[in-house]
Amino acid sequence: MNHFPVGWGRPRDDVYGAYNPSYLPQSHGGTQANPITHTQSPIVTGTSVLAIKYKDGVVIAADNLASYGSLARFTDVKRLKQFNRKAVVGFGGDVSDMQYLDRLLNSLDVEENYGGDAPAESGPHMSAKNLHAYLSKVMYKRRSDFNPLWNAMLVAGLDESDKPFLAYADLLGTTYSSPSLATGFGAHLAQPIMRRAVPNEAASRELSKEQAVECIKECMKVLFYRDARSMPVYSIAVIDGKGVDLKEDEKLENQSWAFAEQIRGYGTQTV
Amino acid sequence: MAAMMQSAMPTSEPGYSFSQAPQSVAGGPRQHGFYPYTDNGGTTLGITGSDFAVLAGDTRSTSGYNINSRYAPKLFKIGGTGSANEGARIVLSVVGFAADGNALKERLDTVVKMYKFQHNKEMSVHACAQRLSHILYNKRFFPYYVHAILGGLDENGVGALYSYDPVGSYERETCRSAGAASSLITPFLDNQVNLKNQYDPTSGSGLEKVTKAPQPLSRQTVEELVTDSFTSAAERQIEVGDGLQMFIITKDGIEEKYMELKKD
Repeated sequence: MNHFPVGWGRPRDDVYGAYNPSYLPQSHGGTQANPITHTQSPIVTGTSVLAIKYKDGVVIAADNLASYGSLARFTDVKRLKQFNRKAVVGFGGDVSDMQYLDRLLNSLDVEENYGGDAPAESGPHMSAKNLHAYLSKVMYKRRSDFNPLWNAMLVAGLDESDKPFLAYADLLGTTYSSPSLATGFGAHLAQPIMRRAVPNEAASRELSKEQAVECIKECMKVLFYRDARSMPVYSIAVIDGKGVDLKEDEKLENQSWAFAEQIRGYGTQTV
Repeated sequence: MAAMMQSAMPTSEPGYSFSQAPQSVAGGPRQHGFYPYTDNGGTTLGITGSDFAVLAGDTRSTSGYNINSRYAPKLFKIGGTGSANEGARIVLSVVGFAADGNALKERLDTVVKMYKFQHNKEMSVHACAQRLSHILYNKRFFPYYVHAILGGLDENGVGALYSYDPVGSYERETCRSAGAASSLITPFLDNQVNLKNQYDPTSGSGLEKVTKAPQPLSRQTVEELVTDSFTSAAERQIEVGDGLQMFIITKDGIEEKYMELKKD
């Protein structure tokens, strides 16, 4: 009689012989000569994040899809995370790493606001610039430990003097800033469209909120047409002096698939 | 093998096909399929004169064929006060992997600022140059993947320029170009700054030819060489372009100049 609950239902050695672990790696009692190959790669992933600076804030958007390879696995994943009333982070890449970072940022926010002088409505907040510095150092530390957080993200919001701020950080710790930014497929498909609207910083200081939102929506549509890992429901946030306006259930409007008829050269058509 | 023999040994005790103590995977060797570097393109250039040093770099940041940003400076003031490095007299330029470049800049900047607090005097470029070499060599087996150039004025007020390889080997030079277009700019510099392959026209021909001796260049000449280098590099190197940032270090401080480059 096996008295150990962990042994119940398992084959007994005295009846069936010992389990042969030879195929297992050495760390699991096996005899395989090779060390464990622990190749890291993202599993459940989010696609592009887009953002554009305009005269008094930033508009940022990402769709609500989390893919498992080519499978559209989770269709209601919010990839824009509000940090405080000055900053929003948009995540691309691995979703579990995003969730880890979200927890990390929430605890950071609690820490920052804990204590006697918790900021009032107008008090000092950690700016988007501060947040980006923090995040990029986390990312660089993790890549230096060979244990990267598999994300590319955009930090959008206001800097310490309430000017629009937008910057990028990724799994290698690479950072840069620009009037418009896009991660993943967006860097190929959306960035050229956004750069038409804001070729430089001066142009972004002239851009209105409506123009910025319109440009982002147009880009999300282009991405849905061409990026196979995307979906037509997305989140969009506008960060300005009044705070964060985050909408997490927007649908693509005015889609036109008329162009699809013109496509020749692949697919099922024979002429 | 031993584990197999042991567990296969017949005993009167009941045996189990699993070990009862949880096996820890942690601590063993782990192999990763993660490459921790990337190349962000761009080029840097430094030239010295008798009482100044010029450091320059384009402001484009790239990933493959993508342009990340049209303005991502590769030139950093080192030392001085505050995050704006006011009153700094040393400039560091880094080209290669930008994240390592930023980390390196922050470490050197901290060292130079701490030096002033501890010794109550500014760090000399000579000392800063050697310290930078040590910082790079300290990461000999996981290097900062950057080509650094450090510029300033030495104890005699003469322009000083130090160039580094990624693991800290360094040398003081009068001019140096690093990065994506260094192979295009270096021969131009050899000819125009060090006067290589230039001969005194009044000397004879063949073996009679007398090579010209390099002379310290004027500040205006140097600035023209820098702009010509970068406009030419931007024509031929896709990773170079967008903007040219120049820091001119003189006894009066650091002067910054910016001009546009081709954006295609």
